[in-house]
Amino acid sequence: MRLVNRRPSREAALLLAALPFVLLLLAYLFGSAARLADNPADKLLPWPSTLLESLRSLALEPDRRTGAVLLWSDTAASLGRLAAGLALATLVAALFGIAIGLVPLAGALLGSFVAALAMIPPLAVLPILLIVLGTGEASKIGLVALGTGPLLIRDLALRVRELPEELLVKAQTLGASSWHLAIRIVGPLVAPRLLDAVRLQLGPAWLFLIAAEAIAATEGLGYRIFLVRRYLAMDVILPYVAWITLLAFAGDRLLAFLGRRLFPWARSGA
Amino acid sequence: MSRIEVQGLWKSYGDRVVLERVSLVIEPASLVAIVGSSGCGKSTFLRILLGVEQPSRGRILLDGAPLPAEPGPDRGIVFQRYTVFPHLSVLENAALGLELRASRLLGRSFGARRREAHEQAAAMLERVGLGHVLEAFPHELSGGMQQRLALAQALVVEPRVLLLDEPFGALDPGIRADARALLLELWEERGTTVVMVTHDLPEAFQLGTRVLVFDKVRRDPQAPERYGATVTYDLPGYNRRRPRPPAPAASAAAPATGGS
Repeated sequence: MRLVNRRPSREAALLLAALPFVLLLLAYLFGSAARLADNPADKLLPWPSTLLESLRSLALEPDRRTGAVLLWSDTAASLGRLAAGLALATLVAALFGIAIGLVPLAGALLGSFVAALAMIPPLAVLPILLIVLGTGEASKIGLVALGTGPLLIRDLALRVRELPEELLVKAQTLGASSWHLAIRIVGPLVAPRLLDAVRLQLGPAWLFLIAAEAIAATEGLGYRIFLVRRYLAMDVILPYVAWITLLAFAGDRLLAFLGRRLFPWARSGA
Repeated sequence: MSRIEVQGLWKSYGDRVVLERVSLVIEPASLVAIVGSSGCGKSTFLRILLGVEQPSRGRILLDGAPLPAEPGPDRGIVFQRYTVFPHLSVLENAALGLELRASRLLGRSFGARRREAHEQAAAMLERVGLGHVLEAFPHELSGGMQQRLALAQALVVEPRVLLLDEPFGALDPGIRADARALLLELWEERGTTVVMVTHDLPEAFQLGTRVLVFDKVRRDPQAPERYGATVTYDLPGYNRRRPRPPAPAASAAAPATGGS
C-alpha cells in the first residue's frame, strides 16, 4: 500500500503523537545524566528532581526579598499586561477595521496609513515607547498592542470587504443606516473572525510581552527568565518556559471555546 | 401599490452598452416578470431599480418621484443567495426591519415595542410557514425555508416595491413550486408591486401578470458590445389573479392593472 494511503489506528495515532515528546524527554535525560556524571555541580541540564524542587519553591514559597510567591506574582503581572494589550488592540481593530472595510471614505483615508503602520517592526519602536511612556506598565502594554493591532485592523478590514454585497444591500432595504450596518450587521458578522485573528496573534503577543519585560520590568515571566539567565539558572528557566507554553496553549483553547459559545451560528460558515 | 416609470434608460460601462432606450410603466400591484438570456441586462435593470447601480442616461420615477440613488426601505429585495443574516435567529431576521426603524442609535427596540415587533414578525413567519422554527439560525434551515424567511423579512416592513432576483433559482423543483405558490398568495394578499427577474420562462408566465423580454434589437458582429438590450416583447402573463389587499390600503389601483 502507498504511504499516502496508510492511516494509523486511534491507538497508533496516539502513540505516534507521543513519540516526539518522549524522544525529547529521553534525549534530555541522557544529556543531563552524562553532564552530571562529569560534573555534579553542572547547571546547564539539571536533573528532573532539581527542576521539580525549584518549581516547588517558586510556586509555593514566598521570595526572601519581596515576600511574593514568584511564579504567581510573575504570572499575574504578565497575564495582566498581555490581556490589557490584546484588549486594547482588539478594541482599536474593531473600530478601525470595520470603518476601513465598510466606509469607502474611511478606507481611502486610513487604508494605506494602517498598511504602512503594520510594516514598522514593533520591536524597533520599543525604545521610543520606553522614552515616551516610561518604563512602567504603559510601555509594555503599548508594545503588545502596537505589535498586534495593525495586523488585526488589516485582517478585519479585509473580512468586512469579503462580506457578500447582498447582505449589506438587503440590510439597507430594511432601513439600515450606515451606523446600523456597523453595529447590527457587519460588527456581529465579523466578530468570530476577529476572535480568530486575536487567537492567531496570541503568539506574537507573547513574543512582544517577553521582549518588553526582558528590557524593562521588575516582575513578570519574561523579566524572571532574563534575570536568572545571568546565573545560568536553567532550573528556573526551563519550568518557566514550560509554564509560558502551557499558558499560551490555554489562552488559545480559551479563545476557541469562547468563539464556539458566543457565536453558535458561525459553525457552518457565514 | 406603487407605480414605477422608466424613461429613456441607458446603462453602459465605458464602451460596453448593456441597456438602451428602456422606457416602460409598471402599474401598481402588478407582478412583472423579466426574462432574457444571460447577459441581456435584466439583472442590471433590477440593480438599477434597487439603487446599487445608477443609470447612465434617463431616469426612473417611483410614484412620480425620482428613485433614490441608494437602496432603501421603499424597495425590498430577495436575492438568490446570501439573503438572510446568518447571525440572527429566524425571528430576529424577520423583525430586523422593524427593530432598525425603532431606534436610530441602537437599531433595536426594547420592552413593549420589542414585543410588538416580535409579534408582528412572528405572525408574518407563521404566514410563510416558519412559525415552528422561530429560534433556529438560518444555517439550520433548508434552502426553501431560507427563501421563505427572506420573503417574510422583506415584506414585514411593507416596501412599496418588492424586487426578486432569481429568488427560486437555487431550489429543488418541488420546493420551488411551493415557493412560487407562496409568492403568489402573498402578492395577492398585499398588492405589493413585484418585479421579478428569472431565466425560467414557464415561471415567468405562470407568476407574471406581465412578462418583459429583454434582448438586443441591433447587433454588430464586429463589436458585440456596441449595442445594448431593451424590452423586445411586452406580453401578458398567465396570471389573471388580482390582489385584494386588506381595507386600510384603499387606493384606486384595481381597475388600472393592465395586461388582462
